[in-house]
Amino acid sequence: MRVDKREIMNRLRQDILRLQGDVPTASSAAQHIGLGPVEKAFPNGAFPVRGIHEFIYGGQEEAAATSGFLSGLLSRFMKDSRVCLWISASRALFPPVLKAFGVDPHHVIFVDMAREKDVMWAMEEALKCGGLAAVVAEVQTLDFIQSRRLQLAVEKSRVTGFVIRSTSQSIGATACVARWHIRPIASALDEGMPGVGFPRWEVELLKVRNGNPGRWKMEWAHGRFLPLAPRQTQPLMSGWDRKSG
Amino acid sequence: MEKRYASIVFRHLTADRLAIRYPGLRSVPFVLATPMHGRMVITAANALAAAEGVIQGMVVADAKVCLPKLVVMNEPPGLAQRLLRALGLWCIRYTPVVAVDPPDGLLLDISGCAHLWGGERSYLKEIVTRLRGKGYDTRMAIAGTIGTAWAVARFGKASPIIANGTEVEALRPLPPAALRLDPDTADRLIRLGLRSVGSFMDMPPAVLRRRFGGGLPARLRQALGQEAEYIAPLRPAPPYDERLPCLDPIRTAAGIELAIGRLLDTLCARLAGEGKGLRKAVLRCHRVDGKTVQVTINTSRPSASVPHLLRLFQLQLPRIEPALGIELFVLEAPTVEDTAPVQEALWAGNPGLEDTALAELLDRLKSRSGTRAIRRYLPAEHHWPERSIKEATTIAERPATAWTTDKPRPARLLATPEPVEVTAPIPDYPPMLFRYKGEVHLIAKADGPERIEREWWMESGEHRDYYCVEDQHGKRYWLFRSGHYREGEPQHWFLHGFFA
Repeated sequence: MRVDKREIMNRLRQDILRLQGDVPTASSAAQHIGLGPVEKAFPNGAFPVRGIHEFIYGGQEEAAATSGFLSGLLSRFMKDSRVCLWISASRALFPPVLKAFGVDPHHVIFVDMAREKDVMWAMEEALKCGGLAAVVAEVQTLDFIQSRRLQLAVEKSRVTGFVIRSTSQSIGATACVARWHIRPIASALDEGMPGVGFPRWEVELLKVRNGNPGRWKMEWAHGRFLPLAPRQTQPLMSGWDRKSG
Repeated sequence: MEKRYASIVFRHLTADRLAIRYPGLRSVPFVLATPMHGRMVITAANALAAAEGVIQGMVVADAKVCLPKLVVMNEPPGLAQRLLRALGLWCIRYTPVVAVDPPDGLLLDISGCAHLWGGERSYLKEIVTRLRGKGYDTRMAIAGTIGTAWAVARFGKASPIIANGTEVEALRPLPPAALRLDPDTADRLIRLGLRSVGSFMDMPPAVLRRRFGGGLPARLRQALGQEAEYIAPLRPAPPYDERLPCLDPIRTAAGIELAIGRLLDTLCARLAGEGKGLRKAVLRCHRVDGKTVQVTINTSRPSASVPHLLRLFQLQLPRIEPALGIELFVLEAPTVEDTAPVQEALWAGNPGLEDTALAELLDRLKSRSGTRAIRRYLPAEHHWPERSIKEATTIAERPATAWTTDKPRPARLLATPEPVEVTAPIPDYPPMLFRYKGEVHLIAKADGPERIEREWWMESGEHRDYYCVEDQHGKRYWLFRSGHYREGEPQHWFLHGFFA
């Protein structure tokens, strides 16, 4: 009886996911993008490709860490020389660094819009274009309606969207599938070695639709993500929650 | 197709223009004058003044003697040329090939145009009526050669339309000046008693050449169509263009869109048939009030796809101001390139830079925010960070050299390095702490220095010694010291970027 109940629950969960636009694909292997334990936080244990991911940052240092982490993710999407669009109104990304994270910088097309409004318009247009690997946009604000529009565009075209936004504006609810916060943490080298090591981040999933938020430590080394001291999902008590109060 | 030309002459061009602007001048005799050799010489006179015997070339003082109430105005320099050009551009609505014929006329190549207005007679009537309606004293003639049209427009007394093959009869009664001769030759012919073209037309050309120079027989041959003559159009006719005259002026966005769609349909069908695509298209809308509005679209690869091009024009629609209405749409494709034949089914959804959908997306983004908005970078062979990338010029351009990853480079680079205060122990050691925007960062780990010299053949200045450092919170920065360490002198340290 108990087994039956669990089965029914599982089936209902799948139904809910399908109704919310997250259609599981046949090849689940394609959705493993090398994030290791982080992927387990998502529904079905697969990174939601059809969705808008929101990255928040406070300060330039976190923005740089976010760009690095995101570039690592993009490298998984941009296999076989697919193209990615990077839309922003004030761009600071230094293109050669993309190569260090496994992305060919000449396959990234930078779109510099004059106004914030145009960035959202460009992102929506780009998300409708099925040939792209991913679309990244840097914005100041993102309200629920805007994110819903983007999410609907994504569900049609299967192009993954990433929105990078700063925490300087208040952060309300959005329709994004996940909200990430990447912070740089001290790198480590072998005992007694001088210098700065591989980039390390604290990756925090603040919100996951139908998933479990959590916090992990990761390193980018030898062209892939390396989880550090894997921990179980811990009760959410994040920095952002404290900030927002 | 037989050639037909129209010549339009404005007998009081500048005077009419001033009368249009100042209606009070219509009822008084007035002249335009310009200083010449220390005297005021008349350059143009209106019809009333001309009737009193005041003609061009008279001195103002003499004219005032015979006509004391004559109004004299200074002629604005270059007025006649400007007017002719403007009128010529206005006439493009009747034929694409319009040339200015100084000092007072226009030449139109109307081959194959007149039937759109219901024949040459109504064509001529339409143009003359509208120009007279504007206030210009206009005469016009249509003939098979430029010379005959010119002569009949200025000196003709009978019908203004000369059928091909009847030039000889039409020219016969006209005075010698009708052949566009220089005034001296025309004068000499009159003095010799040759008062009409017919009186010397049948003389052997050798005789005429010996007496009057080569100009006269050449002009005669041109007028009779025995020698080819060309006109230089105001706006060269582009090889790919479509025009759509409208019966009623169009004023709504929906109507304009419909017109653009019709034009694109025909143009793209022609382009596709020739295996070409357009890179640039210009839409000119001729309005009822005589002004022209134009919008331009650019594509990043040759395209003959109607929905895509229509989409690009739709983004430009708000820039088209129809005012009282648009009576003619002209769509030109000044830049046309060969398209590589594509197998749509096989390559549809092809990921990568060659994707057609991507090119169309970029075109849409460009038309919203300008060409400079889209950038793609390639490696440049420079170590200086600001110069280590260059912009790609085309969408398909490949990097000539590989991207390098052997040196650490920041994820975010500041456009201009920002000065920081630094405490460094000894020369060439990484700093112990630095202060940026009032916050002190204690440095826990550091790498460096990496010295990057300026390229002396491009610019002069100090080299930079770069350090990548990590502070006590694990945040990583790219710092550099400008120039050498010199004892007793202040050091200049800068923050240039943030590592991931």
